[in-house]
Amino acid sequence: MSLIAFLGAIETGLLFGLVAFGVFLSFRVLNFPDLTVDGSLPLGAAVAATLIVGGWNPYAATFVAMLAGALAGMVTALLNIRLRILHLLASILTMIGLWTINLRIMGKPNQPLLGEVTIFTPFEGFGLPFYWLYPLVFVVVVVAAKLLVDAFLASEIGLAMRATGVNPRMARAQGIRTDVMILSGMAMSNALVALAGALFAQVQGAADISMGVGVIVVGLAAVILGEAVMSTRTIVLATFACIVGSIIYRLVIAVALNADFIGLQAQDLKLVTAVLVVLAMALPAVRQRFLKGGGARAT
Amino acid sequence: MIQVQDVDVTFNPGTVIETRALRALALTIPVGQFVTMIGSNGSGKSTLLNVLAGEVVADSGQVVVDDEDVTRWTTSKRAGLVSRVFQDPMAGTCEGLTIEENMALAQVRGRPRRLRLAIGSNLRERFRERLASLGLGLESRLQDRMGLLSGGQRQAVSLVMATLQPMKILLLDEHTAALDPKTAAFVMELTDRFVEEGKLTALLVTHSMRQALDHGTRTVMLHEGQVVLDVADQEREGLEVTDLLQMFEKVRGDQLADDSLLLG
Repeated sequence: MSLIAFLGAIETGLLFGLVAFGVFLSFRVLNFPDLTVDGSLPLGAAVAATLIVGGWNPYAATFVAMLAGALAGMVTALLNIRLRILHLLASILTMIGLWTINLRIMGKPNQPLLGEVTIFTPFEGFGLPFYWLYPLVFVVVVVAAKLLVDAFLASEIGLAMRATGVNPRMARAQGIRTDVMILSGMAMSNALVALAGALFAQVQGAADISMGVGVIVVGLAAVILGEAVMSTRTIVLATFACIVGSIIYRLVIAVALNADFIGLQAQDLKLVTAVLVVLAMALPAVRQRFLKGGGARAT
Repeated sequence: MIQVQDVDVTFNPGTVIETRALRALALTIPVGQFVTMIGSNGSGKSTLLNVLAGEVVADSGQVVVDDEDVTRWTTSKRAGLVSRVFQDPMAGTCEGLTIEENMALAQVRGRPRRLRLAIGSNLRERFRERLASLGLGLESRLQDRMGLLSGGQRQAVSLVMATLQPMKILLLDEHTAALDPKTAAFVMELTDRFVEEGKLTALLVTHSMRQALDHGTRTVMLHEGQVVLDVADQEREGLEVTDLLQMFEKVRGDQLADDSLLLG
């Protein structure tokens, strides 16, 4: 693998680390399987790209993109809490609806950003080539996001959110308004995903209506791979595992698709992803069986 | 003071499985009283507890806490008034969270939660002291997951959690039923100690007549959603399980069908 391909994998891995945080918040912390992300990632991209083309400051545009993502997450949460629609279905409904909304926001299926001022423009004067610049900026963004998520989950409200996901009945008995927790957790989760979308559009030079397809699987793959390769006993470790998992995922994909002897092509990406997620999910069970077998032999 | 006034609760009204869980039930618990409550399955004990905790809303009647009508308050809104230890050790705690995280959740029960650090070093020290008083060696295991503890240890920690903040009433929902006899006796000892030390108002629901007579200062018996027996203080002293049964039969003109009450 070339250096540029390697750094490219790191760059995308870091970017999807944000998606992994979002998936971690919904799936793991809130125990709310949320597929909204397939819509909120392109939503973030569409809002940011449209505002930037409209002359907005790229930082302000990125911030508004996050707010839009938060709103999408709240819609899913409300469908679940108020209308009692099953969480999975509620998120699919929001996701489907967002497809149209994203098209309406951009007014077309694709919004190019070529030649526009993006959040990376101020850093381009330092003479770093893009393949170094983007990963460096993303390291800062992802680490900052990780520290914020860690700090939040260690706060009184964050702890209440974790209790809501683990044992809602106990949470209510402690005076926690579980519906408010689900609402705000889903908002945070999808704001992070929309942030990833906004940054992705600015790196790629375009927002595209179909850029969200399968994002949930990629985010989930990152979370699960992270859990498979390291301990996630504490929140600090668990969020770190999200980043590690996301980067491993990109590296494995890059190797699989670039190695000629395997014979895989870019069009095989989805199947490779699916197989990778299955392998990562099977790993804990396989490991346990292996350890048990080993123990039996030893005695 | 806790007042339950003419509370009716009917589950599945208008269907073939309609169940009248509580029928004009009335019960007043003065401040500082430790009441034990017995009754067979379906007598309404659990429903009454849920009405007090806010998990079941009364169809009619009132729940009044210190002159405030809380009948329509949700569980979370009521958490500042009511604290509860569940029957299932899994239900009252979060097994995926650590002991100190569980305690931190209970530390702000019924109070607004903020964006400040949930567990600081002061709080950790306080938790350590409270746990040390249990004599289970848990004070050195603050960062262990709750799920690693035995059922008895979890119920002991649940009791500590329930008494970290002041409450108007402590609800003990058969909290020793899932434990072996020796552990159950230990948890009951702790319960008596905490109630006495804190001068708490408490309602203990139990399946065991023996336990009901051995603890607290007043025993109430529920049957078909109503209070059928209510004995306290001198009247209750020296009462045996057989006495309770005779009193029940006299009141109801009926034999008690549920063996578990006699065996417990």
